[in-house]
Amino acid sequence: MIKLFLSLEWKSFLRSASFGKSLGIKIFMGFLSLYFIGVFLIMGIALYPGLKKAFPDNDPLLIVNSIIFYWILADLVLRFFFQKLPVMSVKPLLILPIKRRNVVNFVLGKSALSFFNFLPLFAIFPFGITLILKDYPTGSVLVWMLALILVTLIINFLNFILESFSAETELSFLPIILLTGGLYALNHFNIISFNEIIGQGFNAIYQSPMLVLVLVLLLLVMYWFNSKLLKQKLFLDSGLKTIVKEVNASNLEWTKNFGDIAPFMKLDLKLIWRNKRTKSSVWMLVIGLLYGLFFYPQPVYQNMPWFFVFIGVFSTGIFLINFGQFIPAWDSGYYKLLMSQNIKYEQYLKSKFTLMALSVVILFVLGIPYVFFGWKILLAHFAAAIYNVGVNTHVILYGGSFNRKKIDLSQKAAFNYQGTGAVQWLIGIPLLILPMGIFALFYFLIGFEIACLIMAVLGVIGIVFHQKLMKSITTKYLESKYKMIDAFDQNN
Amino acid sequence: MITTSNLSKKYGGNQVLNIQSLEIPKGQSFGLVGNNGAGKTTYFSLLLDLIQPTTGHIQSNNIQVNKSEDWKPFTAAFIDESFLIGYLTAEEYFYFIGELRGQNKADVDKLVAQFEDFFHGEILGQKKFLRDLSKGNQKKAGIVAALIGNPEVIILDEPFANLDPTTQIRLKGIIKDLAEKQGVTVLISSHDLMHVTDVCERIVVLEKGEVVKDLKTSEATLKELEAHFSN
Repeated sequence: MIKLFLSLEWKSFLRSASFGKSLGIKIFMGFLSLYFIGVFLIMGIALYPGLKKAFPDNDPLLIVNSIIFYWILADLVLRFFFQKLPVMSVKPLLILPIKRRNVVNFVLGKSALSFFNFLPLFAIFPFGITLILKDYPTGSVLVWMLALILVTLIINFLNFILESFSAETELSFLPIILLTGGLYALNHFNIISFNEIIGQGFNAIYQSPMLVLVLVLLLLVMYWFNSKLLKQKLFLDSGLKTIVKEVNASNLEWTKNFGDIAPFMKLDLKLIWRNKRTKSSVWMLVIGLLYGLFFYPQPVYQNMPWFFVFIGVFSTGIFLINFGQFIPAWDSGYYKLLMSQNIKYEQYLKSKFTLMALSVVILFVLGIPYVFFGWKILLAHFAAAIYNVGVNTHVILYGGSFNRKKIDLSQKAAFNYQGTGAVQWLIGIPLLILPMGIFALFYFLIGFEIACLIMAVLGVIGIVFHQKLMKSITTKYLESKYKMIDAFDQNN
Repeated sequence: MITTSNLSKKYGGNQVLNIQSLEIPKGQSFGLVGNNGAGKTTYFSLLLDLIQPTTGHIQSNNIQVNKSEDWKPFTAAFIDESFLIGYLTAEEYFYFIGELRGQNKADVDKLVAQFEDFFHGEILGQKKFLRDLSKGNQKKAGIVAALIGNPEVIILDEPFANLDPTTQIRLKGIIKDLAEKQGVTVLISSHDLMHVTDVCERIVVLEKGEVVKDLKTSEATLKELEAHFSN
């Protein structure tokens, strides 16, 4: 039975949509995981010497023990948002002659193989080995490492219990925030000193290894409780049910002001607001808006005015980039409908253009407080905003006509690279690098003001030729019509 | 109304459709039957200019569909769920299609109101997105959306599949009414021989992309079709 499950799991891994993705994404995801692994490895290796240097009088092991509490809290919060119990995948198993108990064990066992559980190992092992090399008693250190691994697994299962209880509430993330926040506060204000209690617990395990059995017992309890919860949930009308949210319909009457593109504007606004993936591009606005704060407070950047325009293009254009790069893939699910309807392609594209242009204006206005860091920044942002409206919107719409990747809107948002192809990586060059290049060139040749002026002029030229540009972009889309319909029909 | 001449579609070396000539007059209720892979959906997709023909062409109202887009105002279709916009409610979807077809809210409301018993209280006022409706209810919404804006040609791919018996019977009434009273050319495909003989004046059997039978529906048609498909 286990062999069967394992082969099933292996196939689902090899044949999964994320594995079959294009090379670029594979490499990117590979780098991302390598990066995290690297960070943890370095942490594990550098922890002992680092702590020894910083606190020569204290035992690094004891220091590490005393901060385990914070790790547990952070891990819980992270997992809550990113790790879900893979229950949906067992639906086909339910009607096969497999005992429910085995299905439950399969799901829970599978969750133990999560990347979240492997990551800490990359820190635990180097640190433990360092301890052994520094003549700590080998047996005790090994037990201590085992204890940490057990804690990782306990967090793993505790998270699922928390998730299953908070899933029913409206604001599902509130309980976890209250719980971890509460624990942190109790600890911070020394009402109950959890970090000391847990630290002492680990010290105790280190001194008398038999105590690790407490953790084993705790893990077993967690596992048992999870399997009990899951068993009740493995029915189509409980845990396997897809959640249906009630709709808050709004008729968006104000879009009428945009004339003939109003139906598409309405559709686009609903698209953005009612799908997880698109909604996340709205939250990106906040990041884009605050992006400048990473740079401008640092004096280094104050002397690099050619860099302002890059931040300007990025922070006023974040929605443009995020939303625009997947035009028309956002509509891939019903592209056939649009193509067989009585629509003017130009109106369809113009609606997207209007949204992007509006977002640039709004983001620029919201970014005006950056003037606090100098008027040059505001000027650069202004030039960048005009450039975004006049040039980048058209560039990204043109790039969209090369889009051949479907996006399934019902999929989750975070770490979802569906629909990402070579176009999305290449389009960054004309969008961000080109304006910075042009600006830098004129900045070094002539001066800051002229460089700003040139950017603005380029933008104005784009706006003046808007109609013409849209015409040629529309032709481009019409040419690729059949290819797009075909590509959006495939499940990539 | 719809003239097909010399039409063929090949994928690689594989011929999936080859129709020398097929004429569908205005106001006819036309049924297309055939096993899986016979080319029914391919034909409809060609008719809607969603794929390109390898040879030949289709003319709808003397407009060649892959050359001009002027057939769009008088043609409506529901092929599959990909014709629905999942994140809209049924009403919003109807209004959206209505706006594309030059109908205001009141027009759409009036039309949709006629189908209240067809909807069986499961479509309107549900506060649910289309993606959250059952397959059958999605189909109902899609079919009614195809009737918005007084189209002259309506194409429905397997409209009876996934519908409950009551709705199937009601749908048959709707289709008959469209062709007989309103002069709409209705093209449907179906795996259900009984329904298709009930509804259509004319039935064409496709096999491996070719027309093998072209029948004017009579009382003997069902028997003939059953005999054909049992071999």
